[in-house]
Amino acid sequence: MLVSIYRYNPEKDDAPYMQDFEIELPAGKDLMVLDVLNLLKAQDPSISYRRSCREGVCGSDGMNMSGKNGLACITPVSAAAKNNKLVLRPLPGLPVVRDLVVDMGQFYKQYEKIKPFLINDTPAPAIERLQSPEEREKLDGLYECILCACCSTACPSFWWNPDKFVGPSGLLQAYRFLADSRDTATQDRLSELDDPFSVFRCHGIMNCVNVCPKGLNPTKAIGNIRTMLIQRAT
Amino acid sequence: MVTQITSFGRSGLYDWMMQRISALVLSVYSIFLIGYLLLNPDLTYEQWSGLFETTSMRIFSLLTLLSIGIHSWIGLWSISTDYIKSTGVRFFFQSLCGLVMFIYVVWGIQVLWGL
Repeated sequence: MLVSIYRYNPEKDDAPYMQDFEIELPAGKDLMVLDVLNLLKAQDPSISYRRSCREGVCGSDGMNMSGKNGLACITPVSAAAKNNKLVLRPLPGLPVVRDLVVDMGQFYKQYEKIKPFLINDTPAPAIERLQSPEEREKLDGLYECILCACCSTACPSFWWNPDKFVGPSGLLQAYRFLADSRDTATQDRLSELDDPFSVFRCHGIMNCVNVCPKGLNPTKAIGNIRTMLIQRAT
Repeated sequence: MVTQITSFGRSGLYDWMMQRISALVLSVYSIFLIGYLLLNPDLTYEQWSGLFETTSMRIFSLLTLLSIGIHSWIGLWSISTDYIKSTGVRFFFQSLCGLVMFIYVVWGIQVLWGL
């Protein structure tokens, strides 16, 4: 199988380039893309990529595989390769540190902006803040985000305005705290989001939903934030 | 919170809502005009100018004209903030859009009222 990998070492290369590798895959089993990368790294130790848990939990190995963002560790080669060719590129839109490793700074800055922690100004109870099963249910499909950045780097609005548009991942998290019955900063959170960029730069093209390796739906969460803003303002 | 002074209404929600309301007006007006033309295949000049003489049609047309201005301002502002990264060029483009829209509105009023 032909594997084409985006290579860039800023200390040595003037410009990024694609390097082709020919690799013999073991017959009878469908490897994950990360396994293929590991095999290639044995051939050429200079290939750089992030990986940790190798089972889709840590979100380290987000990359662009034959044009679609995803986690290399849970994407089978059969699903990612086209015409027996696998093209691996770093997540689009973020600065490349080296090969498939990107600088996630801008992504984390947006995450930080939405204050991803519980804010509650009422006195803390003796044991814990209780939630009914119905209230807890509202967080399903929101809390599972692993911050792999596959969605935000698939979003053109995030490509053009990574400093102003919070991006699908950040907004999914924003709604996770807006929907939390234990959070009392709802109004402040909404006020922070009511500008022409933070939320409203989303035009609902749903690239984020298409690529999310955890099957989450940021577009729906953004719609819910919009509804909350409308309810508050009218 | 991202502060912007060149957007239409300063608030993202307000811009978003105006974009949708103006879109609604534009589609209703388009459907009405297409429907009117289809239902009147032998349209005469008197009939056509008579339609635009009525007060209700003038209100409807002016509303549509203003909607075009608002809708295109919000849309082009969005596009310019996406793709034009140089502040000077972007400001020039936005000013030009604003001027063109203003001209269209004034000109349209002149046409509608036959001034």
